Parts: sequence; structure tokens; C-alpha cells
Amino acid sequence: MREITYRQALNEALAEELERDPNVFLMGEEVAEYQGAYKVSQGLLERFGPKRIIDTPISENGFAGLGVGAAMAGLRPIIEFMTWSFSLVAFDQVVNNAPNMFMMSGGQFNIPITFRGPNGPAHQLAATHSHATENFYASVPGLKVCTPATPRDAKGLLKSAVRDENPVLVLEAELLYSSKGMVEPPDEELLIPLGQAEVKREGSDVSIICYAQTVPLALAVAAQLEAEDISAEIVDLRSIKPLDERAIFNSASKTHRVVIVEQDRPFCGVGAEVCYRIQKNIFDELDAPIMRVSQEDVPMPYNEKLEKFVLPNADKLMSAVKKVCYA
Amino acid sequence: MQRAEQRDEVEMLALMLLIRRFEERASQQYQAQKIGGFCHLYIGQEAVVVGAVAAVRDDDYIITAYRDHGHALARGTSADACMAELFGKATGCSQGLGGSMHFFDKQRHMYGGHAIVGAHVPLAAGLAFASKYRDEDRVTLCFFGDGAINQGSFHEALNLIALYKLPVVLICENNLFAMGTSVKRSTSLKQIIDRAEGYDIPGDIVDGMNFREVRDKIAEAAVSIRKDSHPAFLEVRTYRYRGHSMSDPASYRTKEELEKYRLDDPIIRLRAQLTREGKLTNEQFDALDQKAKQTVLEAVKFAEKSPELPVEDVYKYANLNGEKQ
Repeated sequence: MREITYRQALNEALAEELERDPNVFLMGEEVAEYQGAYKVSQGLLERFGPKRIIDTPISENGFAGLGVGAAMAGLRPIIEFMTWSFSLVAFDQVVNNAPNMFMMSGGQFNIPITFRGPNGPAHQLAATHSHATENFYASVPGLKVCTPATPRDAKGLLKSAVRDENPVLVLEAELLYSSKGMVEPPDEELLIPLGQAEVKREGSDVSIICYAQTVPLALAVAAQLEAEDISAEIVDLRSIKPLDERAIFNSASKTHRVVIVEQDRPFCGVGAEVCYRIQKNIFDELDAPIMRVSQEDVPMPYNEKLEKFVLPNADKLMSAVKKVCYA
Repeated sequence: MQRAEQRDEVEMLALMLLIRRFEERASQQYQAQKIGGFCHLYIGQEAVVVGAVAAVRDDDYIITAYRDHGHALARGTSADACMAELFGKATGCSQGLGGSMHFFDKQRHMYGGHAIVGAHVPLAAGLAFASKYRDEDRVTLCFFGDGAINQGSFHEALNLIALYKLPVVLICENNLFAMGTSVKRSTSLKQIIDRAEGYDIPGDIVDGMNFREVRDKIAEAAVSIRKDSHPAFLEVRTYRYRGHSMSDPASYRTKEELEKYRLDDPIIRLRAQLTREGKLTNEQFDALDQKAKQTVLEAVKFAEKSPELPVEDVYKYANLNGEKQ
């Protein structure tokens, strides 16, 4: 194991998959000559050439659709959105064409495509550039959605996404690109299956269910809670869809108290689905109502103080945990 | 692979008749409520797709919008499989899961049947991208209506297609109306072909009621594209005799206009050309027509007695591995 950044981990995953399969190509805005808006594709143009690392004009709908068409004809495209906020102008291709083709064609055309890019609120980017898109996309049948929080998960999930026979969305955590973590060496194949959560920290008093940018938040809060004699278990979903119900139920049955901290909105957010499934399946295991910490239900303000107020934060999470623990 | 110039014109006329009789029968079955959803008929436009498939190889890709019955039939998908699809049966070309607007036939390189106007033009770019990526000399034929040319996805795709020099023949089936809105009321250009110029794509206007002209112009484009990958744009002027869909009485146009086009019918025209040249007798034409009618009647019977997919199978088609999520 060695320590690398989340950005490097993604870069390694791309390079390894491009190397392994000549049908894999990377396409998006600034992915080639500029080396990636967030430098995730650094060095790939030099290594794989302009036939496989392809710059596009600013036409998300056009190149997302091109990717779906190329997948129909047997290639395995990786389509980068400079941010998932920009995927909204390609919504029709991601929602209508990629996941529907298999059903509409009576099983003749599966679409082995990966859509990837940074997702979730970053820092003072205001309303149009701060979308957490996971709840939009996870609601669409036929799409798989993963949300890695660590360099290891980023690499392993992206590689699994590229090898999947169906459309997979890799929602990378914009704020975590420079974060570091331990990852297997490059000569060791790292594949993390879609739909498997991971317990990032063991605990006994409360389960905090989180993903993407809320994982480091939950871990930090767990350390603070330790000082107050509350032992928090941190369950990182890693994939929103398929959802690892088993891991969620195991943890909730152990601690009997659950807080969900999500980076998206409260109304129809990911937490609502998780909450529903827990109460439906293991209602008797619960010792307290489930709490959710989400964004406030408003468009994202630019002002730094107001943005902090809108986002899930340590204070909100702390108080939710104390509420379910009756502490 | 069969070459364009070897395609027998009498056979192509038979194919146009098959499409015509299929659509008439589909209309009747729709009214009898055997067919659900939306149903858009191709009657009047038969020379466009038959001319196109006659001009290219069987392994060239074709992709179209929702008025797609003729495209599948022209490519060789059986009338049985097409009618069964309209009936929602498991024996349909999309197993009854796509319906009228989503005919697919992978084996015959028919890449759909797409129902969001203009949304399949980027897909065509992707198909052509894939053949260029693999250094194949395949051509993609992308059909769309005059309504698609004002959609954003169309413009983004045309720019990408031109920029990457992708091997696509963009075939605008201009039947003068996007649903009930005439081209004059929807498009700022004097003629649709000028859209191509905006993207530096060579273009031409084609008489879509003339099978031979359609075939020859598409063949010419395909030959040039195979030599050196690039796109081409053809504005094919045609006319649909029926409304936009089964629920549209088409009251936005005059009887005189419809009659004018009916007199220029593509089937009558090719028949007259062949008869004049001594390649077809009246008896032979009647026999072809009789055969088309018979094929379609049998397709209805086939569709009626075909099974539907069991409901629990629905999960199998959510994704390739059939994982329930």
C-alpha cells in the first residue's frame, strides 16, 4: 500500500482501463490537451494519443449522446463531465437514452458507458455549479450510481464502472480531489464491486450513514463524539444504487440508532430512501427515530457564511446524533 | 456484401409496397385497439428509406426517429416481427418492450427507433465514431424529420460530426410538417439544406418521391464517405399522407395539397418507370401487391397468436445482469 491522492487514484484507474481494453476511450471538455479541468486525466493524452483521449467542444448533450451511440456499437466510452452540474444540459442522454436502451430494444443493446466527473457542492460556486445530483440519477431505473469518498474507493469503483455492462455514473467528490489515502500498488488489481458499502469506523452506540463528501465529516464528528463517550459507527454507502441494504441493516441492528448525513437535498434525498428501507425492514431494531442531516431546501447561496449554513456540517450532525442517543 | 447497383428495382418496389400495406394494416389494427400508445405511419415516404437501403451495404448502420416501421421493414426485419412489436408481443423486434416508436434489429444493424425528437442524432455520431475508431469503412445513415433541425441535440451533434469528420449521411426526411407546424412556421431558413452549410457539411436536395434519385444521391455520398471519412447532408423532400400520428386528422393542410402529392406517389412513379422500360407488367405489379397484402395479413395473424413476456421478466430488462435494485 502507498499513499496517493484521490485525483491520482482516478488517474491510475483510467490509465489501467485504457491499457487493458482498446475499446475504452475518454472523452470530455479539456480532458486531453489541457490535461483535465481538475487534472484527473493528466498525462493520458501523451500516453494513449488523441484517438483515445478526446477533447470536445462545450456540448454536453452532444458528446454524452455520442458516447451512448458508441456504446451501442460496441465501444466502452468514459464520458467526463467537467462537473455533474453541467450534466443537467445532457439530462436527456443520461436519463432517456443510456438506461432505457436495454429495455426499449428488448435486450438487444446494453450500454456499457461510464459517466464521471466531480459532483456535489464545492466552495462558493453558487447555485448553478453546486448540484449534488445523486438523488436525481439514483431515481432512474437502469442507472447505477457510485460516490467514492477515498482514493482507494475512487480507483476501485471507477475500474468496476468501466467494466460494467450497463451505464454507471461515478460521482466524484469535488472537494476531495487532493485528499490522500492508502491504495494498493499499481501492479495489484483493485476492483471494488458496485453496491457494496464499507464500515469506515466501527462503533456501538449509533450508526452514521454517509457517502462522498459527508464521509470525512462523519469521521471527524465520530472522533469528537468519542470524547463524549459516544461510540459512532461510520457506514460509507460507496454506491447509492445498487444500495447495500445488508450493510445498513447490520449496522443499524447493532447500534439501534441511525443518523443519515447526505450531501444532497432533504426533499426526496438519498437519506429518505435509506430511512424508508430501515423502518420497513428492521423497525423493531430501532430505539429512536432516524434523523437526517441534508442541505437546507434552498438554491445554494454564494455568500460563504450562508453556504456553510445550507450545507450539512459538524454542528448539525453532532446535534442529530445526540438527539437519537437522547444524550 | 450486396452492392447498391445490384439491388433489383422490382424487389425494391415490392419492399415499398410491403411498407405501404403494412402501414395501412397497422392503421386498421390501431383503430381496432390491438395496438397501443402512439403510432406514426410512413405512408407516402416509402421511397426515402427504400432508396437509402438500396444505396448502401447491409452492414452499414441505420438509425432513425419514431416514424420507424418502414426503416425496419426496409432493412429486412420481418413483417411478423414488426407487427408483433406493435401488438406488444414477445416475438416483436424489441420483444414488445419498445412499441411502435422503438423498433430495433441489431442483427440487421438497425439501431432504432428513437422517440425524443433530435436525441438520436448524437447517437448517430457515436455509431459513426465507433466505426471510424475501428478503422472500418462503414457508413451511418441517420434519418430525422424536419422537426428535428431546431433541436439543440441536432446542432451539437452536427458540429461534432463535422468536427471529427465522422462517416454519417444525415438524411432529413422533410415532409413539411413537424406534427402540425409547417416548416415555414418553425424554421428561420428559406430551405433546410442551409443548416448543413452552417456546419461546413456538403449538402444536396433530393426528390423524395423518386426512388432512383434518392438511391443514387445516397449512393454517391456513401462512395465518397468510404473513400475519405466525412459527413454529408441530404434534404429529402417528401410527404406523409396521414396525420402526424393516428390521433391527428391533419386539418392544418388542404385536401388539394394532399392530392397534389398523391398524384406524385413514389410507388406509382417507380411502377411507371419500370413499366415504361419493359421491366414490369401490370400482372406482375398486381402479383407483388397481392403478395405484400398477404404477408401483412399473415403478420397480423402471427402477432395475434404470439405470446407476451411474463410480467416477472420485466426485471430482466432493467439492465444486462437483470439485477433487481
